Amino acid sequence: MNIRIKNQQDFWSGIMFVLIGVGFALGATKYSMGTAARMGPGYFPFWLGTCLAALGAFVALAATSRKAEETEVERFDWSIILILLGSVALCGLLLDYLGVYISVFLLVFLSSFASHVFNWKVAVINGLFLVGFVWLAFIKGLGLVFPLWPSFIG
Amino acid sequence: MELFEHLALGFSVAFTLENLAYCLLGCLLGTLIGVLPGIGPVPTIAMLLPITYVLPPVAGLIMLAGIYYGAQYGGSTTAVLVALPGETSAVVTVLDGHQMARNGRAGAALALAAIGSFFAGCVATVLLAGFAPPLAEVAFKFGPAEYFSLMVLGLIGAVVLASGSLPKAICMILLGLLLGMIGTDVNSGVARYDFGIPELQDGIDFAVVAMGVFGFAEIMSNLELRDQRVDLTDKVGKLYPNAQEFKEAAPAIVRGTALGSALGILPGGGAVLSSFASYTLEKKISKNPERFGKGHPAGLAGPESANNAAAQTSFIPLLTLGIPGNAVTALMIGAMTIHNIQPGPQVMTSHPELFWGLIASMWIGNLMLVVLNLPLVGLWVKLLKVPYRILFPAILVFCTVGVYSLNYNVFDILVTAAFGLVGYIWMKLRCEGAPLLLGLVLGPMMEENFRRALLLARGDYTTFVTRPLSLSLLVLAAVLVLLVTLPSIKKKREETFVEE
Repeated sequence: MNIRIKNQQDFWSGIMFVLIGVGFALGATKYSMGTAARMGPGYFPFWLGTCLAALGAFVALAATSRKAEETEVERFDWSIILILLGSVALCGLLLDYLGVYISVFLLVFLSSFASHVFNWKVAVINGLFLVGFVWLAFIKGLGLVFPLWPSFIG
Repeated sequence: MELFEHLALGFSVAFTLENLAYCLLGCLLGTLIGVLPGIGPVPTIAMLLPITYVLPPVAGLIMLAGIYYGAQYGGSTTAVLVALPGETSAVVTVLDGHQMARNGRAGAALALAAIGSFFAGCVATVLLAGFAPPLAEVAFKFGPAEYFSLMVLGLIGAVVLASGSLPKAICMILLGLLLGMIGTDVNSGVARYDFGIPELQDGIDFAVVAMGVFGFAEIMSNLELRDQRVDLTDKVGKLYPNAQEFKEAAPAIVRGTALGSALGILPGGGAVLSSFASYTLEKKISKNPERFGKGHPAGLAGPESANNAAAQTSFIPLLTLGIPGNAVTALMIGAMTIHNIQPGPQVMTSHPELFWGLIASMWIGNLMLVVLNLPLVGLWVKLLKVPYRILFPAILVFCTVGVYSLNYNVFDILVTAAFGLVGYIWMKLRCEGAPLLLGLVLGPMMEENFRRALLLARGDYTTFVTRPLSLSLLVLAAVLVLLVTLPSIKKKREETFVEE
C-alpha cells in the first residue's frame, strides 16, 4: 500500500493535534473523572483532548486524500530560531544575576546576529539605546522593580 | 433620553485629563505600530497588558482600545504611501489607495481614508451605545447552559468567517481550551498539568502565549524574508480631495460603514473580512468597475470605512456578553480580569463609568486620529525608513521585559520563548494563532459553565438542547459550519479572500 501525502502541511498539523490531544486525554486520567452531574477535574479536559485527537486524525487523513490540495512544509531556518529564542532565554536566565541593564544589552546584541545584515556598530548602539529606553520607560516611568545591577556588585 | 444621559456620563469620564492623555497615547502607539510592518496590535497589546496593572482600569482599557483602532489608521497610511499594508485589514487599501498615490493624489487618498474612518467611527460608536443595553438585557436571562452554547457559537463563528482550513482552526480552538485547563482547578483545587512546576499552578498567562505566538514567531518569519526594498512615495500632495473624488467616495463611505458595522458584531467577522466584502460590493455596483485597481476613490474609501466600523462594533459582543470575537478583544477581556472586572452583561450596571467612558473615548480617539494623523503623515513616513534589523531587537526587548513584569518571574520569559518556537512551527503548518488565543481566554469560563449547566440538570446532557435559547444558539453554530462546508459557498468564501 502506498499512500502519497499530498497536503504535507495539513498532514503534519493533524499528527501534531493527535499527539497533543492524546497527551492531554491521558494526562486527564490521572485526575478524578467524576460523573456528568458532579464532574471531577479530569472530566472536561479528557473529552476536550479526545475531541482534539479525533479531529486531528480527520485532518491528517483528509490530507492524504486524492483530492487534497498540494502543499509542502517550508524549510525551518534553525539558525534564526536558535539565535533569537536563545538570546531571549539567555536574557531570562541571566536577568536575576546580572540585572536588567546588562541582560537587555546582551539580548539586543546577540539577537542582532539573526539579521543577515549584521553590523557591530549598529548592534552596540541599538543595545545602548534600548537599555536607556528601558531605564526611562519601565524603571523611571512606570516604576517597575527589577534587579538592576549584577547581584555580586550591589 | 437615557442614551444621552449615558453618553454624558461617558464623556464626563473620558474628558478627564488623565483619560484623554491615555487615549492619545494609545492612538499614537497604535498608529506607530500600524505604520511599522512586522508588528501588529496583538503583540503590542500583550506587551502593554502588564502596564495596565498600574493604571486605573478605565485608563488602561481606553489606551488598549486606542491602540486597536489607531493601528487601523496607521496600517492604511503605509498601504497608501508605500503599498505595504501595516495591518491585514489594510491589504485591500493598497489596491486603489496606492494607485491614487501613484497618480499624485496621495494626500487626497489619506484624507479620504481618514474622513471615511472617522464617519464610520462616529456611526459605530452610536450603534455601540444604542445596541449594547438591550443586548445585555437578553444576556441577563442566560443560564450556564446558554452561556456554554453562546461560547460555542462565538468560537465557531470566529473561525468560520476567517480564512484558512476550518477543521484546523477548530483544532486550534480545542488546543487553546486545553491550554486553558493548565493550572489549579477552581472547583477541586487540584493542580492540572503542572508537571510539578509551581509556576504552572497559576495557569499559563495569555499575554505569554500572545507574545510568543504573535510576537516572536512573527519576527522569525520576517527575518527569513530578508529586507524588502520600500517603494516610497515621498510626495504627499494636497491633503484635500477634490469635488469629483469626494462625490465618488461619499456613498462608498456610507455603504462601507453599514457593512462593517454589521460584520463587526459577528464574532471573528472583524476588520479584515469587512474590508474585503466592502471592496467586492463597491466593485459590483459601480458603473465603471474597470477603474477599480487604478485609483478609484470608492475602492479606497469603502473598505477603509468598513474596517474601522467593524473594529468598533466588535466591542459590542465583548462589552455586552463578555465574548471576544477576535484576538484583540480576547486580550481586552484579559485586561478586565486583571482588574477583577468579570466581563459580561453586568459590566454595564456594576461599572457604568468604565463602560460608557470606554465608548465615549472611542469617539474622541477617532477625532484625535483625524486631527493628528494628517499633519503627522511626514513623520510616519520617516519612521518607515527605520530598518528592521534595528526594530526587531526593540520588539524583543519590550516583549521580554513586559513578560517579566507580569509576575517578576523568569519562568514566564522561558515559556514565552517556547511559545515562540511553537508559533513558528504553526506558521509553517498554516495553523492560525488567533483561534488558539480565543480558546485559551474562554477555556476556564467554558468549563465552569459546562459543569454548572450539567450540575443543574443532574448530569442530563439534553439540557443544552431542551432549553430553547441554548438550542437556538447551538443550531446557529451548526448552520454556520454547514454553510461553509457546502461546496458552492466554500468556493465563494475562498474567492472573497483572494480577491485582488
